[in-house]
Amino acid sequence: MTLLSFCQWLAETEWSIALHESFYMYPLIESTHVLALFLFAGTIAMVDLRLLGFAFRDVPVSEINARILPWTVAGAFVMVLTGVLLFYAIPVRTYQSLWFRFKVVFLLVAAFNVWRFHRRVQKSRVSWDSDERPPRSARVSGAVSLSMWAGVIVFGRMIAYNWFDCDRPQSDFVYWLSGCIVELADA
Amino acid sequence: MSLLDFFESLEQSGIGLLIRESLWLFPAVEAVHLLGLSVLGGSLLMVDLRLFGVGIRSRTPEQLVRTVRPWLVGSILIMIATGVPLFLSEAVKCYYSYSFWVKMSALGAGLLYTFLIKHPVIRSGAGAGVQAVIGVLSLAIWLTVAGAGRWIGFS
Repeated sequence: MTLLSFCQWLAETEWSIALHESFYMYPLIESTHVLALFLFAGTIAMVDLRLLGFAFRDVPVSEINARILPWTVAGAFVMVLTGVLLFYAIPVRTYQSLWFRFKVVFLLVAAFNVWRFHRRVQKSRVSWDSDERPPRSARVSGAVSLSMWAGVIVFGRMIAYNWFDCDRPQSDFVYWLSGCIVELADA
Repeated sequence: MSLLDFFESLEQSGIGLLIRESLWLFPAVEAVHLLGLSVLGGSLLMVDLRLFGVGIRSRTPEQLVRTVRPWLVGSILIMIATGVPLFLSEAVKCYYSYSFWVKMSALGAGLLYTFLIKHPVIRSGAGAGVQAVIGVLSLAIWLTVAGAGRWIGFS
């Protein structure tokens, strides 16, 4: 079973159709996804600003991590839950969306950066925990995080626009990048 | 000149026309509006969480207000600088949008509340109960601004 045929199967399930056609449910889920930026992206930005030495310079990095990151995780939970539902409501078009694919790539890089920060960069933290300006490796983590999550937000917003949709004339390159199968584009 | 006439003339203004006639400009400005929203949310939450007794507990709420001020004010400025052009491009739609008026009322309330009530009360060294109320109100007002703002797009 390919990913595409999985999405086609999803699109035909009862709840996917109900969500897609719902008058209030879809906008409510979409709005929750956006409001959760407060919690998710907001707390990430604050932690990153600390890593870059731009804010909270008198607060140890370990304290910011311990006190703020649990809220980021809570925000991530809301984001994933609402995000999965948004995908579930419009599976095939989203799967074949250029913007969605960019978003996923940036999401993966951002996730790798999180993993790398906690596994590698923080190993030496005791020596710089209270530094107003953390070492280069930590600042790079913060900068990569800020830019990748910014990309995720921007590309996520662009999914709503249909410029590169498969049911419109596109270059072969866009067809290829989006995995377009034109006949399916309306689903 | 009625308010509607005024909104119509705003929509015909240079910036309004420029954005409406461009395919990319509205989404691009909107995306920056969302990035500003994220920083605004973080700046508010760093203080509001502390008001609930969680968050950065080694600092007082007053210290946190001072620390986040440039990011709070900066993100509000970004929101206004991107929000005004978005409004100009569809002023007439906004005129008829219930969500728009809810958002603008909540925004006015949020700005007044944050700088004239919330921050002064925090500086006055209020007790834990008052702090919690101050924090709940802050989040309630700003989430209304954001939610009603998002809803303009659905109307």
